[in-house]
Amino acid sequence: MSATTLTSDLRTDARIPLRGHLRHTGALVRRNLLWIRQDPESMFDAVLFPIVFTLLFVYVFGGSIGQSLGGGQEAYVQYIVPGLMAMMGMNMAQGVGTGFNQDFNTGVMDRFRSLPIGRGSVLFAKISVEMVRMLIATAILMVVGVLVGFDITDWPGLFAAVGLSAVFGSALMWVFLTLGVVMKNAQSVQAMGFLVLMPLQFGSSIFAPPQSMPGWLEGFTEYNPLSSLADAARGLMVGGPVAQDLWMTLAWSVGITAVMAPIAIHKFRTKT
Amino acid sequence: MTRTDKQTGGTGSAVTVRGLVKHYGETRALDGVDLDVREGTVMGVLGPNGAGKTTLVRILSTLLAPTAGQATVAGYDVVRQPRQLRRVIGLTGQYASVDEKLSGWENLYLIGRLLDLPRKQARARADELLERFSLTEAARRPAATYSGGMRRRLDLAASMIGRPAVLYLDEPTTGLDPRTRNEVWDEVERLVGDGVTVLLTTQYMEEAEQLASELTVVDRGKVIASGGIEELKAKVGGRTLRIRPADPSRLRPLAGALDELGITGPAGATVDAGREAVLVPILSDEQLTAVVGAVTARGITLSSLTTELPSLDEVFLSLTGHRASAPQDTVPVDAREEVAV
Repeated sequence: MSATTLTSDLRTDARIPLRGHLRHTGALVRRNLLWIRQDPESMFDAVLFPIVFTLLFVYVFGGSIGQSLGGGQEAYVQYIVPGLMAMMGMNMAQGVGTGFNQDFNTGVMDRFRSLPIGRGSVLFAKISVEMVRMLIATAILMVVGVLVGFDITDWPGLFAAVGLSAVFGSALMWVFLTLGVVMKNAQSVQAMGFLVLMPLQFGSSIFAPPQSMPGWLEGFTEYNPLSSLADAARGLMVGGPVAQDLWMTLAWSVGITAVMAPIAIHKFRTKT
Repeated sequence: MTRTDKQTGGTGSAVTVRGLVKHYGETRALDGVDLDVREGTVMGVLGPNGAGKTTLVRILSTLLAPTAGQATVAGYDVVRQPRQLRRVIGLTGQYASVDEKLSGWENLYLIGRLLDLPRKQARARADELLERFSLTEAARRPAATYSGGMRRRLDLAASMIGRPAVLYLDEPTTGLDPRTRNEVWDEVERLVGDGVTVLLTTQYMEEAEQLASELTVVDRGKVIASGGIEELKAKVGGRTLRIRPADPSRLRPLAGALDELGITGPAGATVDAGREAVLVPILSDEQLTAVVGAVTARGITLSSLTTELPSLDEVFLSLTGHRASAPQDTVPVDAREEVAV
């Protein structure tokens, strides 16, 4: 039954001209932007998250963690800013998941799905807008980072780190989309996302060097994709070895996408 | 190949459903449904909660794939030609599916653009429909600030943007107060006046009677009766004779006398004290004559004597053995009544 839906949809989508897809996606992007205008508070997290996290970590933990890095607070700034950068992609991923969930719950998705548009348009529009949010949050992070003493030494590296975070975020997006389609409401999507991400984030090299952690945890962080991402971002932004972490991050991104994208699409297509 | 060819191709049927089946695991939401909606008519699909009405609408609007069976809308197959089909339908769901964060105007403009109207036309269509559904004043306000009735009207307007040939109304007035319900009914009647074919699902007899010309009664995924409303009533038979004595104090003696005759229906004569009348179920013309004769013989003066066709609720009761408004699950009748108001 699901197989017939899938093939018929694919054939249908193929018949909508590219310009049609662009028009539909554009109209839906406009919709998502109007949301922000209507509800400016929805931008709070994008704006406040980088400010609060940067200040919190630099000033609360910076001194003591910095010591273990062989410096002080200044050394920690160089460490934490690329780490927080790595987290931006995840916020994007989460936003797409909760947004989708809301559309399903309000019945708006039913209306979209009963219109002659490619079903991907709704998704692409949401991703585009979340991507913009992510870039805004990243820009704010960099401004705050520089204000508390981060040295931007390598601009191309910085952009590469932003790109890598977005790539990894896009892979995680499939996880959140699946949650968004399966879970009952946006709050549970958020709570579930938090439950999954929290241990992954703190059990990684994002906030502190794993060398100071107990053996079992250090072992975990080594295989944690968020560590690879954070270390790759660090290498790209402040120098140091990059290649292995970069490949690991890309491999994880491909792996997560390969597993989760078909599940998310299947759940989306067969959602009743 | 063109739509008009297909639509008028012989049957004049806008929606054709044959042997439609939808299973969810063990549950048979639809269990072989046949249905024909003629062009330009309103087909009421009547049934209690869980009868499969919404499943039917969701399949006909390509939101759900059938397990088996066939369905075409305006000549397009729901499984093989979903994109063409989506172009000719409008859907107003059980819950007004408008984007609450957008204004009424933005909602309609968005749908217009998604239906490939050029910007200018999409704007004009949004203005036109807001005007038509009396929402012009609220056009720029977020839909979240709208009343229940305004939301349903906006939802209807959104369904009409693409000038659909077939409009699905899935329980359009569930949860509305009576005044708002009448508003929605008026709008639907106007749409029908414009020649839109409507498939209406409802749990309310009154609504079906008000809007639909033909009726399909569904229960537990099966069609249990279909036809014109009057036709259906006739099929169930069982007219009721309403006798009103001129002197209300004669009500009870009258009822007793009729019972003694033993010619009344299985339920016997009942007294409707509020309306000062005795109700007698009648199965044949002979019975009717006998009752009238008995009344005359006793010298009871009557102020009125009328025969009535059964209400749709009674129709449902006699077709399914349970009342339409009281589904088989556990919801107490009182609570349901409150919801229904």
